[in-house]
Amino acid sequence: MSDPAQIIVEDVSHHYRPAVGREVLALENVSLRVREREFLALLGPSGCGKSTLLYLIGGFLPIGTGKILVDGKAVAGPGPDRGIVFQNFALFPWKTVRKNVLYGLERQALPRHERETRAQAFIDLVGLTGFEESYPSQLSGGMKQRVAIARTLAFDPRMLLMDEPFGALDAQTRSLMQSELLAIWEKTRKTVIFVTHDVHEAVYLAERVAVMTARPGRIKTIVDTRFDKADPEVHRAKAFVDKVDEVWSLVRDEAVKALEKRPP
Amino acid sequence: MTVVPAPKAAAPHVLVRYAPLLILALAWEAASRLHLVSSLALPPFTDVVQAWVELLWSGELVSNGLSSLYRAGAGLALAIAVGSALGIFMAISRPVNAMLGPLVELFYPMPKSALIPVTVLWLGFGDGSKILLIFLGCMLPVTIGAYNGARGSDQHLIWSARSMGARGLRMIWDVVVPSALPELLNGVRTALALSFILLVSSELIVARQGLGNLIGYLGANGSYDAMFAVVLTVAFIGFLADRVYQAVVERVLRWRE
Repeated sequence: MSDPAQIIVEDVSHHYRPAVGREVLALENVSLRVREREFLALLGPSGCGKSTLLYLIGGFLPIGTGKILVDGKAVAGPGPDRGIVFQNFALFPWKTVRKNVLYGLERQALPRHERETRAQAFIDLVGLTGFEESYPSQLSGGMKQRVAIARTLAFDPRMLLMDEPFGALDAQTRSLMQSELLAIWEKTRKTVIFVTHDVHEAVYLAERVAVMTARPGRIKTIVDTRFDKADPEVHRAKAFVDKVDEVWSLVRDEAVKALEKRPP
Repeated sequence: MTVVPAPKAAAPHVLVRYAPLLILALAWEAASRLHLVSSLALPPFTDVVQAWVELLWSGELVSNGLSSLYRAGAGLALAIAVGSALGIFMAISRPVNAMLGPLVELFYPMPKSALIPVTVLWLGFGDGSKILLIFLGCMLPVTIGAYNGARGSDQHLIWSARSMGARGLRMIWDVVVPSALPELLNGVRTALALSFILLVSSELIVARQGLGNLIGYLGANGSYDAMFAVVLTVAFIGFLADRVYQAVVERVLRWRE
């Protein structure tokens, strides 16, 4: 029988050695299953290792103990099946919007005009028509993150790994980007792992929220957060507000612990 | 959404900007004509201009100038090519850095003019020794610029490119080199200035032609007005080269905010 999970994290621990001081245990015996086409949020206080877990799934960091399977294969490095979006956008500053979006497509065996058409389609999808020849330095934070999302969607990865993608944006832009991301997810139905420390954002976006403990990071519990997200009043719905409270109480204890553990 | 660039502060008119130069030339002329200084030490500016025109007509300025430009250009081109490659490989490879890092640190502060007799001993009085000297003297600023720039490559940018399928040399060319470019080009600007210093001093000491040689020859024969004309020519070429270079850099780095 085949397993319905697309991403399987099993008993993964991870240490890192800071520039000064002793080795730090960032993740301890983390196990997690993410289903295909699911939107999962990884939620936890800062320093809990949620980004580290995402980087391990992305193949950017070596896996110490445990194993991570993506589509049945052990992760052994980054690959175009897993698209990544970072908080700092990570756009090529020397490339225009169009060339940024084309970059991933250029590594694929597609005819030139098809690459151009695809790039344009995703620039249009994220609402940046007319900005094709702009450089990232000429764009606002929200626009930069749209370019990054378009660039990642354009090369058609099977899943999106998003590392606090809206963390650097102002509140209005963030809320706008959240509904746009949901709309895009409805359209493309890719598997999404979304790292955030914002409870509201996690509950609003994700179908399931995995709450992590303070360092060393473990999965504390997983909360089902499915609602009718199309409802424009969802933020005020009682079920939604209750769910935010429930998740917030789970995270609060960990946030307090994280604060206490912070070096003086 | 600031797509419109901020307005730049209005630049003063060219004539206003370079007015101090005009004042300097007038003061020079007056000091010499009024015998405030000996006209041997400082020939009148108009005499210098006249000597410059004569040098130009005789073809001496052009032939020596071309010879100098060839030496500086070849040495600088080699320095940029080798220096960039060294700096970038030092930044991405620990063994390369371990090998070359101490050598770069050791040779960087050394006054490169000390190598003039050495390069002459190796390659003689011709172009070769000047090109080698300029190459050796100009390489390290480029290397250090490339190294610092490449080391500052954004980790997330490298990861992004990797997830989109870039590996090895492709990654270096697509991400590391452009990341290094601003600092690398700064290093090249330093190298450009150094190349003129090394060119003229090596030609002054041992050469059969070139602008530095011409300065030395005219000075030794007492043609001071012509000597000053060549000195001013060298200064002007240096200034022009820097200006052109900066314009090129501005164009290449136009993606920066």
